[in-house]
Amino acid sequence: MELLAFGKSGWGDELFYATLMTIAVSVTAMFIGFFFALIFTPLKLSKHKFLNLIGNFYTTVIRGVPELLVIYLFFFGGSGAIMYVASIFGYYEYIEINAFITGAVAIGIISGAYSTEVFRGAIQSIDKGQFEAAKVLGVNKFVQFYKIILPQMLRLAIPNLSNVWQITLKDTSLISVTGLVEIMRQSYIAAGSTRDPLFFYSFAAVLYLLLTYVSMKLINKLEARYSRGY
Amino acid sequence: MITSFPKLLAATAITLKLLSASLFFGLFLGLFFAILRLNKNKFINKFAYGYSYVFRGTPLLVQIFIIYFGLGQIEYLRTTFLWVILKEPYWCAIIAFTLNTGAYTSEILRSAFQTIKPGIVEAGKSLGISNKIIFYKIQIPIAIRQSLPAYGNEIILMMKGTSLASTVTLMDLTGVAKYIISTTFKPIEVFIVAGGIYLFMTFIIHNVIKYLEKKYSFQ
Repeated sequence: MELLAFGKSGWGDELFYATLMTIAVSVTAMFIGFFFALIFTPLKLSKHKFLNLIGNFYTTVIRGVPELLVIYLFFFGGSGAIMYVASIFGYYEYIEINAFITGAVAIGIISGAYSTEVFRGAIQSIDKGQFEAAKVLGVNKFVQFYKIILPQMLRLAIPNLSNVWQITLKDTSLISVTGLVEIMRQSYIAAGSTRDPLFFYSFAAVLYLLLTYVSMKLINKLEARYSRGY
Repeated sequence: MITSFPKLLAATAITLKLLSASLFFGLFLGLFFAILRLNKNKFINKFAYGYSYVFRGTPLLVQIFIIYFGLGQIEYLRTTFLWVILKEPYWCAIIAFTLNTGAYTSEILRSAFQTIKPGIVEAGKSLGISNKIIFYKIQIPIAIRQSLPAYGNEIILMMKGTSLASTVTLMDLTGVAKYIISTTFKPIEVFIVAGGIYLFMTFIIHNVIKYLEKKYSFQ
């Protein structure tokens, strides 16, 4: 137990902050994912062939390629790409992107592909009559989406989004390869310096289980809220 | 880009070996735990649920690290014959993948067994067919058909999961891709080639499952 003590003698406080880091990266990635889903869901539903192709390309490639490979692409290619863009604007200094941003964007793009599929499925399962009724009543497109489609869609999407959240949470463990100190990286450091990998990796597993358990409970509450009236 | 292709293709062999071995063992493990989940004994049921909960609730990376780095720490294990297996990263990766895919497979098969209408089993019983034959000849074939789409997804997830073998020094497709990226600093080209190979495998798996679904559909 002294291995988990807070303060200088143990790893308790380090692991605590690492857990907060995991939560921070997961939440950021999830929101970046929503942002991507917001762009690509309409593309996937579009009747325009080319737009449709772009939407399908995104979800197929990201869901068919290992997460680790995507992370390596961003880790090794991220600062090069930013520097290239900066050089167009006449800035030639070396730019290093912070590991948090690289990781959150990489996981966000992955999570976005899954969210896109969830939103597409949810919108498609809303009765067509709802769209037509809104049109007949002369409701404009904006109100139609925010007041009629979105609330119904969310109810259908929440159970699947909770799966996406679990995937995202677990995927953040892969960012440890880039050196960001989250649960996995901190356990790696602790295991290396105490030569007790079994204990620290098992403890990391417990922390992840705790995170998935708590988030499940919260999501169930959210689900109950959006299912009022059903 | 062209020079990296043969190296990456060679590494694909390891990826495929890891994938097929873990799917093979994982299927049996999954079936075993799915049957335990359907057991009426509360303790056995809870045990099987605990297994799938733990392995589905933690990242695969943690599982590999516990098995590869963690188990070697137990002095006793080093003296047994198990050590021959556990000192090899290749077998550690297969064990971790098997346990992981076994957990997901058990959930897929359990829900497939539960969707079988009780009338089908009753019909078998009333025809005087023994319980064993009902299970092997009626329930399992129906469950396999029911679980095909979900299992297809699991195969693709597992294929992507094998990329984690590169974290325990194995040179699989992702491992070699990372090595080439870090020596040539050409991340985009290598990503396109390695990603393309992965996508190609996804495409094949997807179509095989689709074909099987059609072949075993009820119509």
